[in-house]
Amino acid sequence: MTTLMQLKCVDLRFGRVTALSQVDLKILAGQRIAVIGANGSGKSTLLRVLHGLLRPSAGSVLRDSAMRQAMVFQRPWMLRASVWSNVALSLWIRGRRWREAKEQALPALARVGLSELALRNASTLSGGQQQRLALARAWALRPDVLLLDEPTSSLDPHAKREVEALMEEFARDGMTLVFASHNLGQVKRLATRVIYLEQGRVLADLPVQEFFNGPLLARTSREADLFLKGELA
Amino acid sequence: MNSFFDSAATALSLMIHFDPALVAIVLRSLAVSSASCAIACFLGMVLGAWLGVARFAGRGALLTVLNTLLALPSVVVGLVVYLLLSRSGPLGFLGWLFSFKAMILAQSLLVLPVATALTHRAVEEADAHHGEQLASIGARPLLRSLLLGWDERHVLLTVLIACFGRAISEVGAVMIVGGNIDGFTRVMTTAIALETSKGDLPLALALGAVLLLVVLVLNALIALAGRWHGSAADLPPLARTAA
Repeated sequence: MTTLMQLKCVDLRFGRVTALSQVDLKILAGQRIAVIGANGSGKSTLLRVLHGLLRPSAGSVLRDSAMRQAMVFQRPWMLRASVWSNVALSLWIRGRRWREAKEQALPALARVGLSELALRNASTLSGGQQQRLALARAWALRPDVLLLDEPTSSLDPHAKREVEALMEEFARDGMTLVFASHNLGQVKRLATRVIYLEQGRVLADLPVQEFFNGPLLARTSREADLFLKGELA
Repeated sequence: MNSFFDSAATALSLMIHFDPALVAIVLRSLAVSSASCAIACFLGMVLGAWLGVARFAGRGALLTVLNTLLALPSVVVGLVVYLLLSRSGPLGFLGWLFSFKAMILAQSLLVLPVATALTHRAVEEADAHHGEQLASIGARPLLRSLLLGWDERHVLLTVLIACFGRAISEVGAVMIVGGNIDGFTRVMTTAIALETSKGDLPLALALGAVLLLVVLVLNALIALAGRWHGSAADLPPLARTAA
């Protein structure tokens, strides 16, 4: 499989706080990678480093030059403009003409089932609709890698299922997914590979079956044992 | 007591009958303050939005100076503009002293820090909350500041109205640089000061009432702006054509 991104010995420090330490990993095309760990373990920071929003204090981030990537946040934010314009905006920023961007935004809205709300003010949408809109905004860019920072953690069960279904469809279309999650059920449903972080270090990087069936991690760390039992989620 | 009621009655009559002297002064006031507010808000909002997202050495010091300028007394602005425009001053060649243009310049300088500081605060806060998501779709700082400014347009409308209020209600700067010349540079605030000192209370009261009315309308507009959280309007051409 093609390597799309690679982190080599990445450290990230905020003052005296170490957010990531000696992180080495490769993102391979077609994988569905879940990044898990307790609060403050460095999941969101890792995704931000992968997306280029944060620069490592040490180490390097290598990207395939032809690769496109997008990111979806836990609480998506939209401009107080129409749903349609919000999707077109991301395309326009990446170099499309405005008219072209508006045209290309329509299939993205249809993809997530928001065509009927195209002219609504995006800030009036429900949480689930806003997350679907964020997915449309990301999908419109046709990314090879989609990074999602706890995309369903603030949603009700129905909206959560809708977002998970879209993530599955995107993955089936060949998109590589890297998502942070606290929801172990979701990780089992969606991921093919699990990265477990503890205090900014990668403690485990395993295929999903191996991660949940092997006793390796629980023996290595008491915190990991508690996390897997759902007591630190 | 009688003189107050007599004056108030005469003032009311002046307003009802659209007294030409009163109307001329009111229109001149509105023209000076609108022009200065438009100039200061355009410059101040662009500068404030940029300061809200830009990070550079000396930014903290610049913001401290900016916040200090918020408390700038209008007479000090008047004095500085007077010295700049006086015959021996560096801008004396313009010949603007005691003119409409001098009053607009003085009020613009007075309002500029207000527009800049308030816009900076609004955009900086918006950037702290949402800037990362705009950066994640590739928006660079200049575009981010424009988009955040557009998104905070209801706040910026309040800033605009507050700036107009500051401009139209000041007296010191326009008195010094305009000279309060009848039919030429006399505006509401300078006229009130003069007519009161002359004892022509009805005209002063009528002007005071109009000034209060203008402030009342501004407050109503601010309240309406607070309720306006945007529509599903498309993005403005400014944001779409930005580099």
